[in-house]
Amino acid sequence: MARLNSSEDLERLRREILARRDPKKPCVAVCAGTGCLASGAADVVAAFRRELDARGLADKVALRGTGCHGFCEKGPIVVLDPEETCYLQATPADVPEIIEKSLMGKEVVERLLYVDPQTKEKTVREPDIPFYKHQKRMVFGPNRKLDPRNIEDYLAIGGYRALARALFERTPEQVILEVKESRLRGRGGAGFLTGVKWEFARRAAGKPKYVVVNCDEGDPGAYMDRSLMEGNPHAVLEGLLIGAYAIGAHEGFFYVRQEYPLAVENLGIALRQAEEHGLLGKNILGSDFDFTAQVHRGAGAFVCGEETALLASLEGQAGEPKPRPPYPAVKGLWGKPTNINNVETWANVPLILNEGAAAFAAIGTAGSKGTKIFSLVGKIANTGLVEVPMGLPLRDVVFKIGGGIPGGRKFKAMQTGGPSGGCIPEELLDLPVGFDELTRAGSMMGSGGMIVMDEDTCMVDVARYFVDFLTEESCGKCVPCREGLRQMHRILTRITKGEGHEGDLETLQQLAETAQEASLCALGRTAPNPFLSTLRYFRDEYEAHIREKRCPALSCKALIHYWIDPAKCRACMLCLRKCPTQAIDGGKQRIHVIDQAKCTNCGTCFEVCPAKFGAVRKLSGVPVPPPIPEEQRTLVRARKQDE
Amino acid sequence: MDIQKVDQIIDKHGAEASALIQVLLEIQRENHWLPQEALARVAERLRVPASRIRHIATFYKAFSLVPKGRHEVHVCVGTACHVRGATRILDTLQDATGILPGETDAELKFSLETVNCLGCCALGPVMVVDGKTHGKLSPAAAADALKSYE
Amino acid sequence: MSDVVLHIDGKDVTVPEGTTVLEAARSVGIAVPTLCHHEKLAPYGGCRVCMVEAELRGATRLVAACTHPVEPELVVRTRSEKIDRIRRSVLELLLAHAPDSTRLRELAREYGARRDRFEPDASFCIHCGLCVRYCAEVKRKFAVGFVDRGIRKEIAFVPEIAAKECNACKECFELCPTSYLQAAFVLVESLAFPRPAETDRTEG
Repeated sequence: MARLNSSEDLERLRREILARRDPKKPCVAVCAGTGCLASGAADVVAAFRRELDARGLADKVALRGTGCHGFCEKGPIVVLDPEETCYLQATPADVPEIIEKSLMGKEVVERLLYVDPQTKEKTVREPDIPFYKHQKRMVFGPNRKLDPRNIEDYLAIGGYRALARALFERTPEQVILEVKESRLRGRGGAGFLTGVKWEFARRAAGKPKYVVVNCDEGDPGAYMDRSLMEGNPHAVLEGLLIGAYAIGAHEGFFYVRQEYPLAVENLGIALRQAEEHGLLGKNILGSDFDFTAQVHRGAGAFVCGEETALLASLEGQAGEPKPRPPYPAVKGLWGKPTNINNVETWANVPLILNEGAAAFAAIGTAGSKGTKIFSLVGKIANTGLVEVPMGLPLRDVVFKIGGGIPGGRKFKAMQTGGPSGGCIPEELLDLPVGFDELTRAGSMMGSGGMIVMDEDTCMVDVARYFVDFLTEESCGKCVPCREGLRQMHRILTRITKGEGHEGDLETLQQLAETAQEASLCALGRTAPNPFLSTLRYFRDEYEAHIREKRCPALSCKALIHYWIDPAKCRACMLCLRKCPTQAIDGGKQRIHVIDQAKCTNCGTCFEVCPAKFGAVRKLSGVPVPPPIPEEQRTLVRARKQDE
Repeated sequence: MDIQKVDQIIDKHGAEASALIQVLLEIQRENHWLPQEALARVAERLRVPASRIRHIATFYKAFSLVPKGRHEVHVCVGTACHVRGATRILDTLQDATGILPGETDAELKFSLETVNCLGCCALGPVMVVDGKTHGKLSPAAAADALKSYE
Repeated sequence: MSDVVLHIDGKDVTVPEGTTVLEAARSVGIAVPTLCHHEKLAPYGGCRVCMVEAELRGATRLVAACTHPVEPELVVRTRSEKIDRIRRSVLELLLAHAPDSTRLRELAREYGARRDRFEPDASFCIHCGLCVRYCAEVKRKFAVGFVDRGIRKEIAFVPEIAAKECNACKECFELCPTSYLQAAFVLVESLAFPRPAETDRTEG
């Protein structure tokens, strides 16, 4: 590959690539993101390759493993272009039929289409599926069109045009002004204005300057950064190059969690290809701008998502945060001005230069512009990654895109913002998505996790879960976080075990205040949010646990008992056989009874009891009814002829 | 672990203090744990105090100072998996292996670890054994899956 | 460097740029309690008992006096109901580790902190890091360091270095606000490098 030495070279190569590609040529795009790979996508790709070869179609049909499409619930996903026919949960066994019917013929394989759970209506084209229809996929959309390991795919959709524009048509100051005018705010958590942050770093004295991509996505239940990094690494690199040019940095770092091996691999390939094309290294695109980038793998510490801890880790030290000020923009990596942005923030930058700041700022609310990618997970029908315009009501995300709660259960709360965020109750679901809106509701945007909870989720347990997580992840440097969380975790654990007492909530609130006000870094300062927001909206659940020793969601193991309703038990022996502790007494025609002394509350009986009987019940806060007398336990079945 | 191999890794990353974490990650990946003699060599070549190496090797979760089992079981306890019952999966696996998260059994068969999110929330609850993902687990299915490992 | 004028507890204070709020306060005789601070060591900001209210252009927030740099027009209050409440809370958390520490008990009296607010914890260490940082920054021996993180964080001697360096030094002992450091040292000494007298005996 000859390196590109000018903006014209870049456009010429783009035209060449497009000329080589017939837009009418059929293309099989199989999602090769982590979610689909875990569901078996690699085998589907292999099957396509094999079956296409066997039919002599290898030259006539393109096959592409793409970045994550987002609809992880239904993976592996296969899309046939140019028609955009979408097949869900495809297996290798489906491949011959897909080839014969849809590629060799013009038929659709009905059974692999999306079926609306309510109307039973089928949808053929991917963009018409409700999950996609209500999204606005500006940043995440290209994933589905690209093989992330082939730079030509990115160039074909206009890749690196924004970089060329920045290098040849803008001064660094103009780039910063444009990003400021777009009102882009950081997608990693705090939501600081990106352009302003860049300006601080540009103006800071000291050389060299550094730029960093924060891909230490540690929020449990959030994986949009991973999917961008895996699925479209060039977009992130292009954003970084533009930022580096604007700030005056010539060296950059990608800080990627080691738990994301595919992201590390695809990024490595992207960097190598960019360098071969003269898009990285000396005299980029023939300009006088030089830039090199390297990948640094994070070694497993949530706190390294915090800027100063991340920098300590880059320097080869333990990831303990440092007091700010001085801010990294002034004194960052090795004491030099450093600008750190999250993956999704960087990926938005080329968009702003391509479409213009005004177009970008036209989307969203007064305070939040553009789109945001969320990972919609938990008790939701359509688990996946969704990109929505700022300002969309949360209700639309849950019901229109997410398809609501599975199993006919009722929505209870949505947790946003990860361990630093909070829970939004049903009555606030009309809240528009935005930084300030979520913060006012006691939660936060964070990096974009949306964990949906239904009536079976105990909100006290949710608070305990997040405090437990943060207790594990606290670096241990400052007292309010290390010791405060230790005590909060103890108290919350006691409460979920029915050992809470009066005064616990006041102690928790005081520890929360201490952590919020006095912790050294954002991890500690936001750590009490899950507790405070659940207390704010679900205080009754805390009080039920403390005063009545009752878990209203029937979830806390220590506060529930399993009981077989003798009126409903049909003595089918299913639970009796599956019980791992032989705690169930009964027999054929003999109503089953759980021996509470032997029961370990594992819940197996509850799960295996056929839904049509529904005889096993969970009880909390009430005494378990005594077993019915032996003489009443014989089940009299209705005789066949009577039915 | 062969000291020559440690030297190769150090040479690849450059014998500088800032490369410490990358060097340790690679030793961990090659050897599955960080033996004392390897750490001593890293301290000497990177000119980093032993106390700092020890802090880093215990601060970050990717490192282990003791040998790991033949099979590494990673149970996702991310929020999505948690609300879908990951705690019960973990309870069952603890019973099945007789070890707690962070431990390795006496026969060096299994090491049990929790992870905060594997990024395949649609499959939750999830565990990964030696890189293979097992999704949509029930406690019984999780225990059964372990039986296929020698 | 130019001078900065700020206000601490109603007093105008003039100090060079780059001074911390703590140093500025102490320069005019205003006491701010500290546990992890030491003049010879780089500011650390771990214990948080030195939290003070800092007001700038109408916005007030709590900052750690030991690490926060002075700014022109900054208005600092070193005591308030809120500050006292935070300090009391921090002290109560630490007293769960070291209920008998003289330094902690002194401060507890001042701020009305209870020794038994929280269940006692097995480790006496309050993680001020004075020993670790003194050994690294002043002595440059790195004989004692931190291990692990979060609630499992501890201090530990490196036996090979401690055997060579510590008996002749022990300067960190008097820095420790609790008795934990000495206990840790005695333990590593007895396990890893028995005293010369005992060594003699085994050799003899």
